[in-house]
Amino acid sequence: METATSAPSTTTLAAPAEWIRIHPLVVRITHWINAFAILIMVTSGWRIYNAAPIWDFRIPADLTLGGWLGGALNWHFAAMWLLTINGLVYLAYGIASGHFRRKLLPVTPRAVVQDVLEALRGRLAHADLSVYNAAQRAAYLGIILALVVLVFSGLAIWKPVQWQELTAIFGGYEGARVVHFAAMAVTVLIVLVHVVMVALVPRTLPTMITGRARNPLWGKS
Amino acid sequence: MKKFLADKSGLRDHAAPAIARIERRLFLRKGLSLGALAMLSGCDVTNDETVDKVLSAMSRWNDSVQAKIFDPNKLAIEYPESAITTPFPFNAYYGEDEIRLVEAESYKLELSGLIRERKPWTLPELYALPQASQVTRHICVEGWSAIGKWSGTPFRTFLERVGADTTAKYVGFKCADDYYTSIDMATALHPQTLLTFRFADQILPPQYGFPMKLRVPTKLGFKNPKHIMAMYVTNTYPGGYWEDQGYNWFSGS
Repeated sequence: METATSAPSTTTLAAPAEWIRIHPLVVRITHWINAFAILIMVTSGWRIYNAAPIWDFRIPADLTLGGWLGGALNWHFAAMWLLTINGLVYLAYGIASGHFRRKLLPVTPRAVVQDVLEALRGRLAHADLSVYNAAQRAAYLGIILALVVLVFSGLAIWKPVQWQELTAIFGGYEGARVVHFAAMAVTVLIVLVHVVMVALVPRTLPTMITGRARNPLWGKS
Repeated sequence: MKKFLADKSGLRDHAAPAIARIERRLFLRKGLSLGALAMLSGCDVTNDETVDKVLSAMSRWNDSVQAKIFDPNKLAIEYPESAITTPFPFNAYYGEDEIRLVEAESYKLELSGLIRERKPWTLPELYALPQASQVTRHICVEGWSAIGKWSGTPFRTFLERVGADTTAKYVGFKCADDYYTSIDMATALHPQTLLTFRFADQILPPQYGFPMKLRVPTKLGFKNPKHIMAMYVTNTYPGGYWEDQGYNWFSGS
């Protein structure tokens, strides 16, 4: 699946194709399942948070899912399977196929800062959608990490007796609640920036459905 | 809109496609916002019967997963007495002004179901049982937690003494405040599951469940019934006050 992206040299003398495949099928499917799972987990999680807020604020009830604490918990503990199993499929694929290595690495702090500044000036190039810039790489690696922390801190809250060694890593039950909330906040922040960026460069949206993007080399030979 | 367009036939040819586009766009936007609203508010989705069925099936599945995760030898962390939360929060399905008062002299614990010796127990008889103490974390389904000290008799000792069928699936509890709940036998036999009579070294005050509370540090707070009046051993799923409203039954920590 991945080979289609990285083999422009098979037909050396032919003109470049108009379309190139930039998102493998596995990535597209897991992306949309993940988007759905995160929406459920975050909005039901907000309702659960409201039952016993850690800090002096509540999430507006209209933004939450579940209707009441019991409903929110049932959504949360149902969708956790979707999020986790889908995440495992994505991670296994990303590592085994070399997708992560090819698309997300390398990423250096310097390049990230440079690309973020470029983006803020509105000068970041998007000609070739098959290559992620450093800001994108950092964001995508960041949300993967945030979701891994969310899942583990969530398990630590769910099973603070049976898996108390895991809970201890997060500073105990109360510590795990804070970490879980913080990882949620990071996830939501990255998702918001991601959605804004897609709105600013709308042609990236269909590529995550069809997998194809216009070849930047097309018509140039 | 359509009627208006039909009348003004001269206008229709030019305007219709544009209006149709606008209508389509409005429809899409309406669809999107309704979908988003349903997603976010949860009003439409939670009232849907199919969704409810799926969620409750998932909750039953999570019961079985949690029973497998449960390790009968894994002990909940015990804390030093200095870690005890004071004041320990009161919690029930009613307010503090409605706390039930149980009379000590006439109290008798009723036993039924798969139990060999079903004679009722008076408080002096219960107090004479072997005693143990624990300082453990009580975790509420709402998310908050508090550390308390409970003392009483290991529930396993009590179940063995009355000849309960410990191969049965459930132990159910009926309480003076009309609360009821049930736990799995594996948890009932856990070494830290205590039939408690004291809180912080004092006879259980009414707000913490006089005369008797089952302390289960391997489960969420609502699986720790207070004011226990009767208990029974059964193979028929007994449910519970909160469980019957949709909270997860196993609710293990």
